Amino acid sequence: MTGEQIVFLVVAFFTLAAGFMVVTTRNLVHAALWLVAALFGVAVTYVTLHANFLAVVQVVVYIGAIAILFIFAVMLTRRDMRDQGPQMNKNWWLGALLAVLTFGGLYFLLQGWEGMTKTATSYPVSFDAISELGSALVSPVGYVLPFEVASVLLVAALVGAVYVAFNPRNGDTRK
Amino acid sequence: MSFWNDPLKVAADWLLGVFTGWGMPELAANILIGFLGILILISLLMVLDIGLVWVERKVVARFQDRIGPNRLGPFGLIQPFADIIKLMIKEDITPAGADKVIYNIAPMLSMMSVLILWAVVPLAPAILGVDLNIGVLYIIAAGSIGTLSIIMAGWASNNKFALIGAFRQVAVMISFEVPMLATMLIPTILAGSMGTAAIVEKQDIWYVLLAPLGALIFLIAAIAELGRAPFDLAEGESELVSGYNIEYSGMKFGMFYAGELLHAFTFGGFWAILFFGGYRFFGLEKVSPFLAIAVILFKAFIGYWLIMWVRYTLLRIRIDHMLAFNWKFLTPLAFTLIMVTALMNALLAGAPAWLYIAGMFLSNIVVAWGALEIARFYSRRERERIEGKQVVAAGH
Repeated sequence: MTGEQIVFLVVAFFTLAAGFMVVTTRNLVHAALWLVAALFGVAVTYVTLHANFLAVVQVVVYIGAIAILFIFAVMLTRRDMRDQGPQMNKNWWLGALLAVLTFGGLYFLLQGWEGMTKTATSYPVSFDAISELGSALVSPVGYVLPFEVASVLLVAALVGAVYVAFNPRNGDTRK
Repeated sequence: MSFWNDPLKVAADWLLGVFTGWGMPELAANILIGFLGILILISLLMVLDIGLVWVERKVVARFQDRIGPNRLGPFGLIQPFADIIKLMIKEDITPAGADKVIYNIAPMLSMMSVLILWAVVPLAPAILGVDLNIGVLYIIAAGSIGTLSIIMAGWASNNKFALIGAFRQVAVMISFEVPMLATMLIPTILAGSMGTAAIVEKQDIWYVLLAPLGALIFLIAAIAELGRAPFDLAEGESELVSGYNIEYSGMKFGMFYAGELLHAFTFGGFWAILFFGGYRFFGLEKVSPFLAIAVILFKAFIGYWLIMWVRYTLLRIRIDHMLAFNWKFLTPLAFTLIMVTALMNALLAGAPAWLYIAGMFLSNIVVAWGALEIARFYSRRERERIEGKQVVAAGH
């Protein structure tokens, strides 16, 4: 076993364990912090795949912004941090079935894919992943359309959030 | 290649020879050398941190027309060591109802979020931890771990003042991250790389000349990110006692305090790297790497001194003013500045150097002037509106 495989196994186990803790712990802030741990594990997985940019963006966006907002929301809305109710509802078997089916389907699909057994060729020395990614995102033959559509979606979400939060009676100072 | 020209490589090669001579496999030896390098860098930083305590106390004393520590040793130089001994032998208190694990992890995370920043600080042409091609984003990512540590400390302390302090501090940090990242993209555009080493190497002209407004916005956002005055409402003494670290005692408080000082110094260093040429100073860096290290430390100290100057001169701003200042003024200004910089950089790509510098400088001045005019227009209208209301109220 190579060092990289050992690192991957440790990180994968850590990520899954943290993910399991997210859904089983009763303390909501602990759940949010375990979520941070799981997201950090995903970031380390990106590093082992030589995707440094994605790893850092994962930390900035998911840990720096989204997890912090989760913690804020939990702290500001709940008086009691402990979840008292039952942790399962009636549909638990449906969720379990869907999870098993998804896993089985992915396993079946990836079994048939020849990339599964092939070792990836290593990058050439001068390969700059981040500039490749940058030009792919804005080139017409690359991903410019999905990129722009995602931007428009985000702007729409932003405008929607402002509209929902905006109270014309005391928010608008221009009247 | 002698030791004086490339000390890091020579030392690493020598150590590799020693370790493999002991019968260690080369991979293990390399990993061990990496760890040793990290250990040495962190130890030196912690020693520097002890010195920073003294510097900070002496400087604040001068600004406040006092003498500062002057009893222990020459110029009070032994004072910080006495402080450390005091912090170490203090009773380690965990408040009742505290979330013990999170409470203890938080100071470590806080210190760590500062120390990992030094992985991307280029100290000299060949001396830096790792040449990440995403160095600028890495700095922001490390900052978000610092944010997390503060909210963990505030929540786990089981104290309402700590929690309110943490909320305020985190609100400031996540909002000022936006203009900070935006201004960090300006050196990225100018250098064509996100790596800190490449940004320094490309700075034949200091970027402060090409983007003076960007440098200013970065400094303001960095001061807010550090939670220092005028943005230190997380520790507004009259309201919150001491903010998120109120329940911490002994060395755990020491870690927050030392982390804050080193963070300020580190941002002085980043200011120098992004806008003031890093270790470059009229070819001095080519003479010897040790001179280059001296140059960047000197520049970092100047940045740190400026941050202290601002801290001990200005008064605290109210939180709503601060957030309004960030979201309604600084953020749009930073985004406008990125667009203008990118546009001017592309337009003047083929121009002679003097025209390029003059164009970039003037475009910054125009953007700053326009922003100030717009701000003045709105503030005048707001003032007239409030005064008009008062006249109406007085008439009744």
